[in-house]
Amino acid sequence: MNKELTKKLSSGHATCQGCGIPAIVRTVLGATDEPVIVANATGCLEVTTTIYPYTAWKVPYVHSVFGNAAATAAGIDAAQKALMKSGKIKKKAKVVVFGGDGGTYDIGLQALSGALERGHDFLYVCYDNEGYMNTGGQRSGGTPYGANTETAPAGETSFGKSQQRKDLMEIVNAHHIKYLAQSNVAYVNDLKMKAKKALKTTGPSFLLVLQPCTQLWKFPTSEYVAVGKLATETNFWPLYEIEDGKYTINNIVKTPKPIEEFLKVQGRFKHLFTDKNKQVIVDIQNKVDENLSKLVKRAEKS
Amino acid sequence: MSLEKGGIIKHDISKSPKTGDWAYSKPQVDKDKCIGCETCVQYCPDACIEMVKHKKDIKKKADIDYDFCKGCGVCAQVCPVKAIVMKK
Repeated sequence: MNKELTKKLSSGHATCQGCGIPAIVRTVLGATDEPVIVANATGCLEVTTTIYPYTAWKVPYVHSVFGNAAATAAGIDAAQKALMKSGKIKKKAKVVVFGGDGGTYDIGLQALSGALERGHDFLYVCYDNEGYMNTGGQRSGGTPYGANTETAPAGETSFGKSQQRKDLMEIVNAHHIKYLAQSNVAYVNDLKMKAKKALKTTGPSFLLVLQPCTQLWKFPTSEYVAVGKLATETNFWPLYEIEDGKYTINNIVKTPKPIEEFLKVQGRFKHLFTDKNKQVIVDIQNKVDENLSKLVKRAEKS
Repeated sequence: MSLEKGGIIKHDISKSPKTGDWAYSKPQVDKDKCIGCETCVQYCPDACIEMVKHKKDIKKKADIDYDFCKGCGVCAQVCPVKAIVMKK
């Protein structure tokens, strides 16, 4: 067991073979030497790290219900403020929230919005595996167009999810917080840099991190880093940050790979590579290009 | 077992499942090929890889803890010099 990496989250947790979530948690929590308190939304991370009577967490950890991780963090922040005022503690611990895309895009969105708007001092990290993977891969607000999921299955009359994914970064940005960024677990150095910046921010900060799911994106257990890299190399998942409203694109991909490169390595898009679904791939490519040009324009303006 | 007062559960590694039992193949590090770049260390989901300096070596080399390694193969995939091979 690596002593340095397991200071905050130990081994012995039960995430699937080849899951990227622990790397996200270790990288984010490893970006600070200050004490941290972790709040967690229900999801893969929560069920796998806290199997009674064992907990893999070596830092204070709170799990309440699915939708209120951000509200829990707000409570921890408020409690620390009160304890500071009464002189019971001298220094506040950093509050870090981990939530999946289900607990962030969908179920926890109003709690997140409230906590951001009230300006609590915390970092919210959303590990985005693009679906409710812990319960068998149902569609979420983060699932991309055309993906085959349990509740949007591909078949004779359907090509999978027929809606586009939410633009969560813009939803969070609409709260005018000081720092938010989109990152990818396959680029740990980028994630580390962003986590450091986010943890230094006073007030709310937000990280959206792509987390390729071996089980329900359907690729071999050894491939999460490779699939994550393809997501960024095809511009499906550009890496960028927004500081005080100023956009910075961290990796400008000069010759992006076609989106097929990213889609073909995943079983959830297998059905798109048939004659009748050819158009869906064209639509996905167009949407990727459109989203990127929007982002580039925003970066140029700011 | 009974829950502690206040419902606090403390970390105790002796109670953890030995996830090494899950592995159907195990990574083998070729210590001669390993360049000690630590790429595998940060991507290992189970934090099983530690850099260890052996007597003869100048650099630290990857060393794997099979008690917790689930055998996913991520380390072998990310290794830039293919020093890790998955073996049954």
